[in-house]
Formats: sequence, structure tokens, C-alpha cells
Amino acid sequence: MKVSEVFKFAAKSLTGHRLRTGLSLLGVTIGVAAVVMLTALGEGARLYVVEQFASLGTNLLIVLPGYTETSGTFGYGGVPNDLTLDDAQAIARLVPAARRVAPISMANDEVAFHERRRQVAVLGTTPEYQEARQLDMARGEFLPADDVDRGSPVVILGAKTSKELFGSVEPVGKIVRVAGWRMRVIGVLAKQGTKMGLDFDDIAIVPVATAMQLFNQTSLFRILVQAHAYSDLDIAKTEVRQLLIERHDEEDITVITQDAVLSTFNAVLGALTLAVGAIAAISLSVAGIGIMNVMLVSVSERTQEIGLLKALGVARRQILAAFLTEAALISSAGGLLGLVLGWLAVRLLVRLYPVLPASPPIWAVVAALVISVGVGVTFGLLPARRATRLDPIAALAGR
Amino acid sequence: MIKLEGITRTFQVGDQPVHALVDVTETIAEGEHVAIMGPSGSGKSTLLNIVGCLDRPTSGSYHLNGRDVGVLEEAELTNVRRHEIGFVFQFFHLIPRLTAAENVELPMIFAGIPRAERRQRVTTSLEAVGLAARIGHHPDQLSGGERQRVALARATVMQPQILLADEPTGNLDSQSGRAVLDLLDQMNDAGLTLIVVTHDPKVAHRADRIVVLVDGGIERRVRGDQIGEILAMLAEEDED
Repeated sequence: MKVSEVFKFAAKSLTGHRLRTGLSLLGVTIGVAAVVMLTALGEGARLYVVEQFASLGTNLLIVLPGYTETSGTFGYGGVPNDLTLDDAQAIARLVPAARRVAPISMANDEVAFHERRRQVAVLGTTPEYQEARQLDMARGEFLPADDVDRGSPVVILGAKTSKELFGSVEPVGKIVRVAGWRMRVIGVLAKQGTKMGLDFDDIAIVPVATAMQLFNQTSLFRILVQAHAYSDLDIAKTEVRQLLIERHDEEDITVITQDAVLSTFNAVLGALTLAVGAIAAISLSVAGIGIMNVMLVSVSERTQEIGLLKALGVARRQILAAFLTEAALISSAGGLLGLVLGWLAVRLLVRLYPVLPASPPIWAVVAALVISVGVGVTFGLLPARRATRLDPIAALAGR
Repeated sequence: MIKLEGITRTFQVGDQPVHALVDVTETIAEGEHVAIMGPSGSGKSTLLNIVGCLDRPTSGSYHLNGRDVGVLEEAELTNVRRHEIGFVFQFFHLIPRLTAAENVELPMIFAGIPRAERRQRVTTSLEAVGLAARIGHHPDQLSGGERQRVALARATVMQPQILLADEPTGNLDSQSGRAVLDLLDQMNDAGLTLIVVTHDPKVAHRADRIVVLVDGGIERRVRGDQIGEILAMLAEEDED
């Protein structure tokens, strides 16, 4: 007997039982589609969180003035030394693992253009900050490179700040007042949202020296250090700490890695990955059980037919081949349909919520196909095998 | 030739062994027409299964055309069923999704007969049972008598030597039953060995020989025209 004949017989028995075939197909399809959709959702959520973290800038160290112990008290009782611009420059010069160093000074103050005023965060820093924090410009330039301690009167505005103050007027080149001082707008940030608790849409960024003069500060708020690579982070941390202890003669600073922040997030990420896996496992087993039920029902319904085939002199192997073909046909057709359906649903979801980068992980898609086809074939074949062992006359009587 | 010697078949039902056949010895010659009668549970179907190579005896020997069937492998038994034995059932057992022609074609497909030859034999077989016009009909478009005739065409399309019929008219009205029995007689006249299991004296009456089974053993052998004796005996059985 030719393979094509077995195939035709199986195909005919599928088309001959429209309802049952439809239900089996639906079972497999929904199972696979569910796995694809659910894992796509889970993976999307995970990627979204990862992306958010990545946009914070990577491989960052943050140096804070003051030594924080777990009790939360400062230093050894004394007032901490200032964290100065010289400190920042020393780090840039003497710590080879440090790729970029950005001193930061912060205050809240008023930015005004003619009669329009707005209270915003005013951040003083250097050009390195743009790269370290991955800030995109909507127009104009970020801070000029040669301006670490000169204190030029220039300012970059956040997207919202610019819109509120200027409306449709071109802001670049205009003069605004920052805390009463006249400064020229040289750039506007693209829309960034909030990063690490700072709203970059409602902000004014000035050169660090300008900010310290403006607010009459002697100490920096933070120094941001970006290491070359993630693996350099620990070395950079040690070196920065030692350098500053030497310079200050005491440990009056705290160095935190973004790692310290990220270790929390890493735990979150781990949990999310686990959740995606669990979602996949659950939907796979639900799909598997569904397919199993449909297959079991369809085979036990056909015990009579198996008995008849035996009585007609059809070999056990041939009967099994026919049932195997049938189960494989229906499982793989259902699997493919499920993939298409799941994929369409994911595409629709991405169109509705573009923020969520939903896409099913490859391993989940492969597992869904393998398991659905595997379960379909197994549970199509096992009862058929049992049925071929039955007494044909009993099988024919439907007992 | 069918030669049964000391055939016993025992089933295990729970802890209790049930003796469906006990020491049955019987020889059926080629071209004979034999009816098997007996009350329900007397072992008629079991005997038919064993003769049809669907079941094996617990003990005893079965020679079919001089060959000992008891020592054959499953694959060889399948081959015997395929080429030497045809089955007809009370409930026809046509596959509903297939047309009359496709139902008749079925055993030939699995026997690996080429398509062109299958076509031709399907037509010949359906013509032989007078259903050439119904070739493309599905079972649910056919009457009971027509369905049984399709089943008959299917049972004989592999040109077996032996036809086993289990209550072939049990589900038919008397007119279509008669048509089916006439066909069976015709085939028997052409040399087919015919074994019919039945309750119906009108069916058994046509046989050359009637074998009566009671409680798994052969109680009586008579000629087909001595059916009256059998009926009296069976009536007695029922009273017990």
C-alpha cells in the first residue's frame, strides 16, 4: 500500500467528519495560539522593563557627598567635605576605568521668557552628561565642550518647558532668565519622559560652573561616572572611592553603582522571566490536555471502524499508519493555524499598544508546535493502538 | 476446506473463566452452505471469529485448506483474512463518509491493488449485487437492503473462498432479506463456501447443513430441510 493511499484515506476521514475535525482543529489551534499570545505578552512586558532600564544609561556609578551607613547617619559625626569640580576632574584624569565623568549640581528655580514663568529643576552639568544619560536633542546643541569651569550663560530646555514658555516661537537663540540671570537658549531636548525620578521634559540644563555660581553652591550634588563596560564597574567603583578618600583624607563620600539600583530591578527581571516561563508552561499544558481530550474522543468513537478494518484484512500496521497520518495532519494543520492566529493577535496588540514590544520568544513557539503535534499524535495513536488489539467483533458491536 | 478439531475457547471474565466453546470438532467442505444456529450466548459468534481468523482458540487445531492456522503470525493471519475470507455483518458496517464504490474499494486499497484494477473490480462487484446505478451514493442514501448488498460486494471483492455472514438479514425487512439471501445462494452456487450464523429458520432452511450450538458445544447436525426438528429442539431449550 502506497503512502499516498494512506494519506488519501486519512484525509478523507478528516473531511468526512467535518464537526469532529473542526473541533479537533480548533482545540489545537486555540492551544497553540494561546501559547503564542501569552508568551508574547509576557516577553513584551519583560522587554519593556529591560528597555526602560537600558534607557537610564548603562554602566553608571553615582558619587554622593557624605558617607551613608546603614543607620542612615552621616560620616563620623563631622560635616562632610565638599564634593568639588576638582574631584570630578581628578576622577576623569586618574581613574582609567572611567569613560565619562559628569559633575552634577541641582536646584529648583524659575525660568522666565518675557512674562511667562515656570518653576523647574535646574541641572548644572558637563557635555558628558548627554551621553551618560542618553539624552536626545529636538533642536540646537547640548552644552559646549570647552566649558567645565568657565560658566557660560547658556541653557538647554526640556521639551515641556520649552513649549510652555515659547509656544510656537523658535526657542533656540532667545534669551531667557534663569533664577534672574539672562541666558541664551542653545538647545531643546527631545521628549524623554522621567528617568531615575527626574522629569527630563520639564528641566533646564546649564553648565555646571554656571549653576554653582547661580545658586552659590560649593559642593556638587552628584558626580556621575560611566565605566567603559559592565565588567569595569567594580574596578571603577573601588578606584573612585580610594581616590576620593585620598583627596578628602576621610571616607566622606558614598559610591553607588547603578548596579545597586539595578540589582533590585534584576530581581524584578528574573521574576518576569520566570513568569513568562510559567505562563508558557501553563498554556502549553492546557493546550496539551485539550488536544488530548479531542483526540481521545475521536478515536474511541471510531473503535467500530477499526474493528471493521481488521475484519477486512487490513493489517494492524496499516490501521496505525492511517490513524497516525490523520493525527499528524490535524495536529500540524492546527499548529500552523494557531501560529498564524497567535501572530495576528500579537500584531494587533502591538498596533494598539505600540509601547509594549510584544513578540513570542522562539523557544515558546517551537515548544508550542512540538508539544501540540506531539500530544496530538500520541493521543491519536495510543487509543488507536489499543483499539487494534480489541476483539474486532466486540469492536464492531461498539462494546 | 475448514477442519476444526477439539476447538475450545475460554474467556476470563473477572475471576471466572467462561467457556465460550468446548471441544468443537467440525469439517466444512469447499462450496458447502452451512448455517449455525443456537440460543444467545451459545458460542456462535466466537466460532465465527475463530473460523474468520479474528480470534484464536485456547486449545484445539484449525486447518484451513490444509494449513494449520494456529501457528501463523499476526501478519500472516491478516493475509488469510484479506485473501481467503469475507465478512458480512448484521449492521452492514459501511463507512458512512465513503460512497458505495469507495466502501467496496477499501479492502483493495489496503491490499495494494493498483487503481485501475480497483476501479474495474468495484464496478464488477457492484454489478454482481445489482447496484451498478448506486455506485456514487453514500450509505445514508441507500435502503437497508442496498446497504447489505454493498457490504456483500465489499466482502467478495477480494475473491475469497469463504464468506462468513453474521445474521445477514437480521436488520432487514423480509423482501430485501430475501434479495440478499438469493444473492448469497447465487454466490454459493458459484463455489463460495458460505457459513451463516442466524436465528432465523427461513435463513437456515436454505443451508445444506445446520449445526446447532448449545452452551459452546455442537448439539446437533441436520440437513437444511430438517429445520422442523431444530425448531422443536430450540423451543425446548427456551423452556428450560
